[in-house]
Amino acid sequence: MWFFSDEDRMLQQSVRQMAKADLAPRIEALDHEEGFNREAFRKMGELGLLGIIVPEADGGSGLGAVAATIAMEEMGAVDASTTLSYLAHLILCVNQIAKNGSSEQKSRYLPRLISGEWLGGMGMSEPEAGSDALGMKTRAVLKGDHYVLNGTKTWITNGPVGDVFYCYAKTGEGRKDVSTFIVDRGMKGFSTGKKFSKMGMRASPTGELVFDQCEVPVANRVGAEGASVSMLMRNLDLERVTIAGISLGVARAAIETATRYAKERKQFGKPIGAFQQIQERLAEASAWYEACRALTYSAAKMWDEGLLAGREASMSAARAKLQSAQMATQVCLDAIQILGGYGYTREFPVERYMRDAKLMEIGAGTNEVLRIIIAKQMLGEAADAGKPF
Amino acid sequence: MSFQNTPMQQEVRELARRFAQKELLPFVEQDERDERFRPELIGRLGELGLTGVPVPEEYGGAGMGYQEYIAVIEELAAVNTGYAISVAVTGLAQMCLTLFGSEEQKRKYIPRLASGQGIGAFALSEASSGSDAGSLRTTARLDGDHYVVNGTKLWITQGDLAETIILMARTGGPGPKGVSAFILEKGTPGFRTGKREKKMGWNTSHTYELVFENARIPAANLIGKEGDGFKVALRALDNGRITIGAAALGISRAALEVAVNHAKEREQFGKPISEFQGVSFMLADMATQLDAARLMVQRAAALKDEKLPFSTEAAMAKVFATDSAMKITTDAVQILGGSGYTQDFPVERYMREAKVMQIVEGTNQIQRLVIGRALTQK
Ligand SMILES: Cc1cc2nc3c(=O)[nH]c(=O)nc-3n(C[C@H](O)[C@H](O)[C@H](O)COP(=O)(O)OP(=O)(O)OC[C@H]3O[C@@H](n4cnc5c(N)ncnc54)[C@H](O)[C@@H]3O)c2cc1C
Ligand SMILES: Cc1cc2nc3c(=O)[nH]c(=O)nc-3n(C[C@H](O)[C@H](O)[C@H](O)COP(=O)(O)OP(=O)(O)OC[C@H]3O[C@@H](n4cnc5c(N)ncnc54)[C@H](O)[C@@H]3O)c2cc1C
Repeated sequence: MWFFSDEDRMLQQSVRQMAKADLAPRIEALDHEEGFNREAFRKMGELGLLGIIVPEADGGSGLGAVAATIAMEEMGAVDASTTLSYLAHLILCVNQIAKNGSSEQKSRYLPRLISGEWLGGMGMSEPEAGSDALGMKTRAVLKGDHYVLNGTKTWITNGPVGDVFYCYAKTGEGRKDVSTFIVDRGMKGFSTGKKFSKMGMRASPTGELVFDQCEVPVANRVGAEGASVSMLMRNLDLERVTIAGISLGVARAAIETATRYAKERKQFGKPIGAFQQIQERLAEASAWYEACRALTYSAAKMWDEGLLAGREASMSAARAKLQSAQMATQVCLDAIQILGGYGYTREFPVERYMRDAKLMEIGAGTNEVLRIIIAKQMLGEAADAGKPF
Repeated sequence: MSFQNTPMQQEVRELARRFAQKELLPFVEQDERDERFRPELIGRLGELGLTGVPVPEEYGGAGMGYQEYIAVIEELAAVNTGYAISVAVTGLAQMCLTLFGSEEQKRKYIPRLASGQGIGAFALSEASSGSDAGSLRTTARLDGDHYVVNGTKLWITQGDLAETIILMARTGGPGPKGVSAFILEKGTPGFRTGKREKKMGWNTSHTYELVFENARIPAANLIGKEGDGFKVALRALDNGRITIGAAALGISRAALEVAVNHAKEREQFGKPISEFQGVSFMLADMATQLDAARLMVQRAAALKDEKLPFSTEAAMAKVFATDSAMKITTDAVQILGGSGYTQDFPVERYMREAKVMQIVEGTNQIQRLVIGRALTQK
């Protein structure tokens, strides 16, 4: 983007190199086997990527949403799975501890999360509460110096492999009585349950977190009891801006592959790029991608500059995420089409891009939920007559 | 065209549906993961008379029409597209023989395929010629009473399993007019299968490279005369398009069913998600597209059964039904949310399967080319 600083551009280059060296060689096999590139996280730790948006005082790199989105796009263009795991670690866990944690919590968790020694995740969704996150049923009850948690979180990125989870649970009867707990692997009554096999993002392990009379010290509660909803929502906004970066990366890779292919592949004696049906798909892809890129990075930039607050920020994050996700899915489908029979085989990466891209329309707020957020902001009370939230 | 199935159509549909539920459903997810096809099930389909539906009775077929045939394909595809495609591809081989084979060739090869005792394949595509099939490079040179074949075919569905393969190879000069069609038997010296393709989906269906190194095919196995090959292939594909459309209906219908059930059962914000317009409108569009696709596929089949021109209508049906299948299956994943993205539910498989239908038997771009030309070059 034209407004990237020199620092942003340097970051872009170094992430691009890391992705090429540490992610690219392994992703095909990991995707197939449903493995996980744990080693990449140590590498990211060395490069300072795991604390990229954490203030320097807390051991991070002190950069912002633009930088994080750049990292997502560059890694996403090579290996969306590891990038999704990175997002869960960085945005959903590390950043939340840095933003909302006490100084003890920060000093206990951040150094090892930022170095890559520990892997983080976030537990919000439950079997009965996906879009309706505040309908969560996991309960935390105070008993002396600890809370007792009961319930199950599901579809948790890094669940099967993570060490530290930033988890939400109800501490009262109301929808907004939500508190946050930092849960370590190894705590009594905590286990990671089933691991999911998925269509895509297969090298990003997704699983359940199970709390069965799980004892979490009071010292691991983040913020005041019942005060987590606004922190949760604010973080979702940041997640949406930055995850849009993954959509951008995947789409860019698909467009590049399809463009190269359309120049090289000949049918009927000419490059298939000579056919207007192919030109149309590529031109639309490129225009939509650039529009999403502008939308996403300007949302990130405004976030960093503090130009957007509250609902405005939510709306701009939702717009960027909604469009980028739809764009990525469509562009990847088209890339397969442009590669024809080859595109459908695993000899080329576009089929993986497509399988990965579809998640973007579901995770971090489905298309439908994002449309509601945007429409509510546009329509005010008129939109609430239906009252989904 | 009637909107009611005839009793006969209803009967074959039921037969295929029961077979699919009983024999295909129990293994589909595991076999998709293991990339496994069970050829013995084709024998079972044959016993039910479902492997030669539109083939004349004198060659061992059921002697029915395309309207019955598409019902069978749809029902199989609704459970496991691998078997729908298998039946359709064997059907393509049968079609080439029925339309262009000599009486002897028909009697020798069709009955085993029509009865499900043997599997058929159709080998046209090559690495450098997919859409532009007329530029294929595999050669067949007459040498005494045999043709000697050299070259490599790519992406051949069940090329490893087939006992009878319709092979297109070049006997003459460049371009479509130099292509001839042959009947290739499994086990022919000089012919072997090469690598198996790893694919995004459709993994119960085997996709193979076929390699010819001085393979010797008896001259008696030439279909029609030299230079007829491209015509044979195109005519067969005209018919094949209807069956791909029918397979698309099958997965679309399956996806819609799962999505409707989920939307009724899944509650968020205290009510079934089907009560949100964001979901119910998606369902409405899915159903509308499926119905339109169904009418188009049925029309193409009915025209064929009535021996009227159907080529353009088949192309339109193929494009619309497969584009709709892509959209319907993608939306089904969306309606199932996180669950839809996992392999605990079948919709992600449907989505992966839909994509290939926009590519095979003439890509949807090529169909548009065909339709556009028909409109403007009359
Ligand atoms: C790979 C993967 C990784 C994930 N990682 C995490 C993670 O790390 N942490 C975490 O907490 N969660 C995670 N999730 C969960 C994810 O956030 C949820 O899947 C998502 O919020 C959707 O919830 P759901 O799956 O329950 O779908 P549902 O909420 O059941 O939605 C089903 C359908 O109904 C629609 N719908 C729902 N409500 C409305 C409405 N009011 N109006 C219109 N339409 C509506 C939805 O848009 C969707 O189409 C992950 C999911 C996946 C698949
Ligand atoms: C799973 C699978 C099974 C298959 N089974 C068989 C089989 O059994 N037998 C067989 O012979 N083949 C089979 N095929 C091959 C299939 O028929 C070809 O993949 C298809 O014809 C497209 O050819 P291509 O892949 O070479 O794409 P290309 O022809 O290279 O096309 C690439 C892109 O260019 C577009 N394009 C090409 N020409 C034009 C044009 N003139 N105008 C506009 N756009 C154009 C195409 O639409 C496509 O988007 C199979 C393929 C797959 C993936």
